[in-house]
Amino acid sequence: MAAQTQQADERLRKISLFARLMKRPELGAVAGLVLVTVFFIFTADASMFSLAGVVNFMTPAAQLGILALGAALLMIGGEFDLSVGSMVAFAGLVFGVGLVSFGLPLILAIPLTLAVAAMMGALNAQIVLRTALPSFIVTLAFLFILRGLSLVGLKWATGGSTQLRGIRQAVEGDWLLPLFSGKAFPGLFVWLAERGMIDTFRSGAPRVTGIPVEILWFVGLTLLATWVLLRTPWGNWIFASGGDRVAALNSGVPVRRVKIALFMLTACCAALVAIITVLEAGSTDARRGFQKEFEAIIAAVIGGALLTGGYGSAIGAFFGAIIFGVVMIGLTYTQIDQDWYQVFLGSMLLIAVIFNNVIRKRVTGER
Amino acid sequence: MTSPIIEMRDIEKHFGNIVALAGVSFDVRPGECHCLLGDNGAGKSTFIKTMSGVHKPTRGEIAIDGQRASFASPRDAMNAGIATVYQDLAMIPLMSVTRNFFMGREPTKGRWIFRRFDIERANQVTLEQMRAMGINLREPDQAVGTLSGGERQTVAIARAVYFGARVLILDEPTSALGVRQTANVLSTIDKVRRNGIGVVFITHNVRHAMAVGDRFTVLNRGRTLGTAKRGEIKADELQDLMAGGQEMVELEGSLGGTV
Repeated sequence: MAAQTQQADERLRKISLFARLMKRPELGAVAGLVLVTVFFIFTADASMFSLAGVVNFMTPAAQLGILALGAALLMIGGEFDLSVGSMVAFAGLVFGVGLVSFGLPLILAIPLTLAVAAMMGALNAQIVLRTALPSFIVTLAFLFILRGLSLVGLKWATGGSTQLRGIRQAVEGDWLLPLFSGKAFPGLFVWLAERGMIDTFRSGAPRVTGIPVEILWFVGLTLLATWVLLRTPWGNWIFASGGDRVAALNSGVPVRRVKIALFMLTACCAALVAIITVLEAGSTDARRGFQKEFEAIIAAVIGGALLTGGYGSAIGAFFGAIIFGVVMIGLTYTQIDQDWYQVFLGSMLLIAVIFNNVIRKRVTGER
Repeated sequence: MTSPIIEMRDIEKHFGNIVALAGVSFDVRPGECHCLLGDNGAGKSTFIKTMSGVHKPTRGEIAIDGQRASFASPRDAMNAGIATVYQDLAMIPLMSVTRNFFMGREPTKGRWIFRRFDIERANQVTLEQMRAMGINLREPDQAVGTLSGGERQTVAIARAVYFGARVLILDEPTSALGVRQTANVLSTIDKVRRNGIGVVFITHNVRHAMAVGDRFTVLNRGRTLGTAKRGEIKADELQDLMAGGQEMVELEGSLGGTV
């Protein structure tokens, strides 16, 4: 026995901490974030990395990140959803109509929006599973269907306009509002400002009055998704369903149930983003969430998710989304033309995919 | 001699007007390795699928511990302790050994929303079980893709044994392996047998069968050509039975006895 333990130890030592880190799916995203941060430290105005600057880029990062988390889990489960961007617009419509046209309180409008989105997600899943068509095609169809429905629905609800206003008035004073809109912990920030620990205006009021709630949602959901993936049977089933459907089925994994749940979850992530951004804007329009499906998938891929499924991480998608925020907002702090953003987006995707393939070979020992 | 765990009597299986099995009898006793030999198309696959509950026999009887049994699904057979390790192994290369080992049967701890995958215990069990099979994993979170074919085969066998297999059906476990890895798998079969598990070893390689087999049954064109005990039969006789006798003798002559 002693000899055996020793033998095991000998082999253990061959794997250094470095080699272990090299195998983490998040590695690419973390490295990418370090890279863009260093880039902007040298090129951008110093205020970008002040508290106000960080909140500035974390807010869009969080809105994209919530979508990216759903997309990442779904990709690990072996499917795609190209309809999440349109789902944001569609869920925004449902939410707006519920609040403005039917005068529902948030306690009803939010569950209604989530339920409708989940239903659409389940519909996507059912079509994918029953026809055995690639989810890429099925959800591409829904990209157009949902965008079209949002346009038609908005015109119907407003009598011809593609923008529905009056949401701010409809939710004013609603007790649920602080959970989905505005900034959290204002008292804490005033307290910090009084002690001179954060920047203030000349009047003594803090420059940053709180943490935008979407950032809290983003962090909370990342932790939850990571816990589910790594520490629950469901997580194992998600990896297995995406890794090899047949092998998973033969081992007793309820693959269908896993995939339906993931499609519903992705749609609900889109609905949550719709709820938060509609409340923030005070109106909803048909262009909401435009092309977000691509950004969400790219963030998931930068975060280490394989296009073939079965591998990836929620923490990776978290950092992938932050990279987006840093670059999108960071460019405004520099002299660089902001239209470079799209060039960056495409390049990042390409590098990430190539990098992920290398990582996968390392993990599986393919040659 | 101990009584059989599973006994298949005069099993017939028809697919439409095709007779895949025309009366096959076969049994497995605890702690033995019963080799099922046969050339491609002899009906080996159909037979093991009948034994593992995938197919229902058209005619014939299955008995477990002497009691008549009928399997409606593979799950029924698994519950009766019949585990099958197919060639594709039901293993996912990107996932760790532990995650594969417990796939679909994850141990949990905690309750309600705190119910979680007990990964420490899963890792520990996986390491122990693999060590018992003679494989020292560097780490339990090593991806299955990094293992050799023989090691993967051993993970699949260890998994079946851990989850209570009494009869282990191995579908051509050595057919895609090199010499050294084949030796590893054969020694794993030996270890499993010594734990009192009945092993059904399907192969068309006579030398592999002779290395670990206690009894040998040859299938040819959906029929059994009899069961022989170890020591009662020689390798070339088995080879002849598999090929159907006559033609093989002629072929071997022209190939100078190299097959």
